[in-house]
Amino acid sequence: MSSSTLSGESSKKNSTIQSRRSRNNSLTSGHRACQGCGEALGARCAIDAAYHAAAGKITVVNATGCLEVFSCSFPENAWNVPWLHSLFGNAAAVATGVAAALHSQGKEDVRVIAQGGDGATGDIGMGCLSGMFDRNDDVLYICYDNQAYMNTGVQRSGTTPPLARTATTVPHKNYAGSDPQTGKNVAQIAMAHEIPYVATASIGNIQDLEKKVSKAINIRGSKYVHVHVPCPLGWGYDTAETIKIARLAIQCGLFPLFEAEYGKLARSTAIEDPISIEDYLKPQKRFAHLFGKNASSESLDILRKIANSNIEKYRLGKTADD
Amino acid sequence: MTKPFATVLEASTSLNNKTGSWRTKRPEYVQSASPCNVVCPAGEDIRLWLALVKAGKFYEAWKIITKDNPFPAAMGRICYHTCEKICNRESFDGAVNISAIERSIGDMAIDQAWGFENVTVNSGKNVLVVGGGPSGLAAAYFLRMLGHDVTVYENHLKAGGMMRYGVPRYRLSRCVLDAEIKRIENIGVKIVCQKKITDINAEIDDFDAIYLAMGAHKASQTGVEIKNKPNIIDAVDLFKKVEDDFTNFLNLGNRVFVYGGGNTAIDAARTALRLGASVKIIYRRTIHQMPAHTAEVNEALAEGIEILCLRTISCIDGSKVFVNKMNYDEEYDILTPSGKTEILHADSVIFAIGQSVDVNVLHGAKNIKISEKGTIEIDKNMTTGIPSVFAGGDVVSEKRTVTNAIGHAKKAAGCIDAYLRNTTPPLDIRSEVTNLKKLNVAYFKKSAKITAPEWQNISFEERNISYSKKELMTEASRCFSCGSCFHCDNCYGYCPDNAITKRANGDLEINYNYCKGCGICATECPCGAIKMVSND
Repeated sequence: MSSSTLSGESSKKNSTIQSRRSRNNSLTSGHRACQGCGEALGARCAIDAAYHAAAGKITVVNATGCLEVFSCSFPENAWNVPWLHSLFGNAAAVATGVAAALHSQGKEDVRVIAQGGDGATGDIGMGCLSGMFDRNDDVLYICYDNQAYMNTGVQRSGTTPPLARTATTVPHKNYAGSDPQTGKNVAQIAMAHEIPYVATASIGNIQDLEKKVSKAINIRGSKYVHVHVPCPLGWGYDTAETIKIARLAIQCGLFPLFEAEYGKLARSTAIEDPISIEDYLKPQKRFAHLFGKNASSESLDILRKIANSNIEKYRLGKTADD
Repeated sequence: MTKPFATVLEASTSLNNKTGSWRTKRPEYVQSASPCNVVCPAGEDIRLWLALVKAGKFYEAWKIITKDNPFPAAMGRICYHTCEKICNRESFDGAVNISAIERSIGDMAIDQAWGFENVTVNSGKNVLVVGGGPSGLAAAYFLRMLGHDVTVYENHLKAGGMMRYGVPRYRLSRCVLDAEIKRIENIGVKIVCQKKITDINAEIDDFDAIYLAMGAHKASQTGVEIKNKPNIIDAVDLFKKVEDDFTNFLNLGNRVFVYGGGNTAIDAARTALRLGASVKIIYRRTIHQMPAHTAEVNEALAEGIEILCLRTISCIDGSKVFVNKMNYDEEYDILTPSGKTEILHADSVIFAIGQSVDVNVLHGAKNIKISEKGTIEIDKNMTTGIPSVFAGGDVVSEKRTVTNAIGHAKKAAGCIDAYLRNTTPPLDIRSEVTNLKKLNVAYFKKSAKITAPEWQNISFEERNISYSKKELMTEASRCFSCGSCFHCDNCYGYCPDNAITKRANGDLEINYNYCKGCGICATECPCGAIKMVSND
């Protein structure tokens, strides 16, 4: 995929907030995320974009998880924005409360963000999140999806892709990694609530990520942005490859980039330079058993089917008028 | 730790935690050589001047080119641009059209009368350059810029050497050549034309140093039997006649054969074609084995020149040309006479089977050694057997290209300067080459190169392919900037640890207090300007 560099070179249009000296560095240095952490980068990019779009008037509620643990190890704090942590499963509910409190004080200009990992969002906090969507509370919920419970030692979560190896889904000779279960497509669940805005984004496309967060933060009502953030430790690839892996996920169709408004698909980002799913899966040790000598082509077919279905469903193929 | 649990922590207090201590590898900004620079015989800093062209700084770009090559307009036309063949962009979507950009910048310099800066230093030393070709003139330029007085002796009517008497004017307009030579004269280089040196010994005492760059203008001898006064001319003589008496068209007759397969043969054939003849090239091996550059062979074929391969000429008897056909065994690469002969008819035959150095001028200087191949022997500092006499260009090399000659001149000028000032000659340091593997091409968009228009008409006029300013900037912006940061800010934006600082002027600096050494910056650097090294 030919993505633009972060400065966007000559075209100002592609210049990112992350390339500016004036970026807020909402999540600053000294945090304890692993080397090459996709989530740390994703969170800084997303919150910086929101900070910029809301003229600095944001407040963030964080669920328990990697992001919370590595950014706020007592007595140090890596956040440069008002930030609040309560429990694993209640970030959406706390954010709803924060939004209500601000509303009652007439501070409508302060925008509220709730954020968490895929476990806090899709599994443990699902009830609170669904309630927030149901009430259409004025909160932007950002999920950083690294596809397992990384903080506690890489256990399977609802967003772990089928067949991926985790600590709780170990490949066996008759049994290739995690069950080819349906998993949870949280963006689709959010869309089912017909909230004003749902989007997926990735650190493999910072321009797109910043654009979506900037747009979402100023919409009134419930918004949901699902950010793909590769994890070198849990996925088993070299720490230097985080952005590359994220980019490959987009290119092969396994992570579709789209926006939905009021439950309907509004826009999607066509794949510029398509690759096979193997190109994305092979560099990751969590999929190594799919390529070993006992590997069956049917396992790969399961994932290929998902990629193809995404390409069709979200219209990721290049059309004649692109 | 006085804080109670469940409390308010101050912002950014994590800065106390110096995560740099986790690091085992560390990123470093590096500037490594680009492939184009490494293969350029003149060692032009192509990447740098392309960046200046991209920014619209054409004069600055010209200044950078002329640091290594005083003939951008000429070289943009006639150099065989090895830089483009090795360009990392070639396999991506086609090499950057470096030669066309160089040519356009060179033309712009002539149009706008840009000149070299006046020489302000004066060494008081006097250098003689023998031969006013590309190597001699370039050496004169480099030496003059270093503050020496330079005199060039040229035995032809005009200076330019092979650029004038080897490269036909349809490939290099004489206005362009004259302008670029004049610019060298303007900084005080004295060029004395039609001055033939008979004995080099006579000059050694008059000059502090001598640079021999007479080139290879002597036509090689052939074993062809010649009877009944056929019309035979050597390619070098043909070029000289056409050049020095251009308005008086040379009549070669209608049927012209050119014997040879090198670039000279092609140029001779195309010159004869322009003089109105129907031309056939006779070459002893196959067309793919011709030493001439493929592009030129193709251009000649496109103009209607016929190439008769696997043939040698045994005898020329009046207008009759006796040709032996050859057999070629591809598997064993063996060429054998087939025994078959054919008799062809030609009004003129041009011999273009190679040139050698006229070493007569050196007869008096016994210490100057001549190799078996007839070239002057030099040491690594371009010095001949006499310490004050240096040599370069076609007289020392079998690799006879104009760029090579300029490269020799640059090196020789450095060595001569060191000799005159009694210092050590500059070392030839070349850093690691930035190959395609070191780049991240995901950040480059495919964009077809702006090519030159097709050959239009067969005449002595040269085709005009100069770029507009906009085209120049667009084509230059295709440069990958291999091995040199172009401020794309990827490293700054992608660092998960915010460990790269961007200064007000855009410069980037790694903050090793927080850099965990993940290597994302190096992977996402499009141009290979960040290297991961061991933290020890």
